[in-house]
Amino acid sequence: MTGHPGEGGSLEFDATVRRGSFSLAVAFAVPPGQVLGVLGPNGAGKTTLLRALAGLTPVAEGRITLGGLVVDDAAAGTFVDAARRPAGYVFQDYRLFPHLSVAENVAFSPRARGLGRAAARAAARSWLDRLGLADLAGRKPAELSGGQAQRVALARALAGEPALLLLDEPLAALDAQTRLDVQSELRQHLVDFAGPCLLVTHDPLEALVLADRLLVLEGGQIVQDGTPGQVARQPATDYVAKLVGLNLYAGRAGGSAVTLNDGGSFIIPGHGEHGDVLVAVRPSAVLVGGEPPHATSARNVWPATVTGLTMLADRVRLDLRGQPSALADVTPAAVTELSLEPGSQVWLSVKATDLEVYARDHGQSGGAG
Amino acid sequence: MPAGTHGAPARLSARDRARRAARGGESPRSVPGPLLVPAVIAVAFLVLPLAGLVVRAPWGRLGSALSGADAVQALVLSLWTATVATGVCLVIGVPLAWVLARTRFPGQRLLRALVTLPLVLPPVVGGVALLLAFGREGFLGRLLDSWFGLTIPFTPLAVVMAQTFVAMPFLVITVEGALRSADLGFEEAAATLGASRMTVFRRVTVPLIAPSLGAGAVLCWARALGEFGATITFAGSFPGQTETMPIAVYYALENDPDAAIALSLVLLLVSVLVLASLRDRWLRGGAVQ
Repeated sequence: MTGHPGEGGSLEFDATVRRGSFSLAVAFAVPPGQVLGVLGPNGAGKTTLLRALAGLTPVAEGRITLGGLVVDDAAAGTFVDAARRPAGYVFQDYRLFPHLSVAENVAFSPRARGLGRAAARAAARSWLDRLGLADLAGRKPAELSGGQAQRVALARALAGEPALLLLDEPLAALDAQTRLDVQSELRQHLVDFAGPCLLVTHDPLEALVLADRLLVLEGGQIVQDGTPGQVARQPATDYVAKLVGLNLYAGRAGGSAVTLNDGGSFIIPGHGEHGDVLVAVRPSAVLVGGEPPHATSARNVWPATVTGLTMLADRVRLDLRGQPSALADVTPAAVTELSLEPGSQVWLSVKATDLEVYARDHGQSGGAG
Repeated sequence: MPAGTHGAPARLSARDRARRAARGGESPRSVPGPLLVPAVIAVAFLVLPLAGLVVRAPWGRLGSALSGADAVQALVLSLWTATVATGVCLVIGVPLAWVLARTRFPGQRLLRALVTLPLVLPPVVGGVALLLAFGREGFLGRLLDSWFGLTIPFTPLAVVMAQTFVAMPFLVITVEGALRSADLGFEEAAATLGASRMTVFRRVTVPLIAPSLGAGAVLCWARALGEFGATITFAGSFPGQTETMPIAVYYALENDPDAAIALSLVLLLVSVLVLASLRDRWLRGGAVQ
């Protein structure tokens, strides 16, 4: 075994990973104890990133260090393979060994890393106790519910005492109710984990609840790196905006006016930005009326056509085409009052204070947070 | 209106209705004539000779017929040599299957063709080849003889070697297929948990393919037990030394047909037991450990 990095060593990743024609080129660092949520659409390179970190896919260029120790360096030819890399990996489909009991699954890593049978069993028992799984010790994975299997997979990964924890959509395989239960519990275990932790997800709520910081990947690149609050308020791309349910417009700021690239403009007094900017607005802040309201400098007004209506929990989301197009949330009562249907002509208005303006390159440096 | 055109009603009993509703499609009991007749002929061809064997058996003097042909000796020899041959196949055949399934190297397809050749090669040709290699005058046999004073042909060791030669492809092919279709995700998971490649093989790969491994071993054992051509060519037929059950049956047929039938019955019984064990332990699937 190569040296075990000290507990709580930080992770530094600056590398290119290639799988077939796909290439992931990113640089970031994760300090010990931080949970980095990795968010992105399918094919963005999230799982490729985890595989490179776990040592399942070597990097093509660049290097990865963990606690100051180089675990992969393409130029120097250094490579610590998966078996000797102190990374715990919770797979999306868990991959619990079907022929081993829960206790044997959890004892697998201590045993493989050199502990004797009795010591490995004791280590497994303590992890089972910590995760509240002691009652399930004798069961086979096939006899577990989804939530239980998720916990066992986490216990199995933690039992190897990893310096780095990797979770690939840990809650994706669970039904909605179980997900909520497991989520808060998982949060606690992630807080307890001393090393850096990466959590891949494409559920924004999961990312907001579980992660301390978010990294948004698209097409093998980092498009945003920031706290969950920042990402939710000031999304850098359409994908993130859709994910967090915001309208997002790219444009150029000149004085108090912002000219939007895809048509239309906003007047936003005193926003203080220049050049390329993004403007974000919540669908609930877009007001819909049948008549043109009184336009003021504090209120942006433009006509639009309803192209779609979707029932959300207690509101109706309108898809509106205009300059610019927008999503707006209204009450079901408003839909009836204004007799809204596809093709209806409406007037939209947004208060200038509801428009969030920020420089376009925000959070796209890709540097360490 | 000719039968089978649109609108011609057919009878459908309540039972068939329920069966069709449960399974969907045609009733599992209705077979078109052009398929049914050949199928029945095939069954008759396979089963009738065996039934004849049972009917013609000298049930009254089965015991004496068996003892007269040194049947016990031949059976014991057959059982232990087939078992040892299966053990040898497992020890060297499973690693070979792993190499064929999990690695890529030039000439791999040729190698796979070579190791499965005994499957289609007439066993007697295998026997001649073994004799030419390991015989007293063979290129390997000569070395073994001069270095260790070891002579292989016409010994129980030769029986084991002939059986191993003929039976190993059954195991290799079965296990290789299982390894190819096995989910590599479990092996990756084991690697991230710190398991070396050997530990992964021992603790994850082998247990996961255990059903196929068992089926391959049983097939291999059954093939070794029935081995005749390579054995008689390479090992001869010395009673108690190299005369296995199939060889004993062949010779008994000339001198004492009743004994041949009795011996055949014993082999038939062993085969049925093998099949039953396959069914209970392996064909059911998912039976691990």
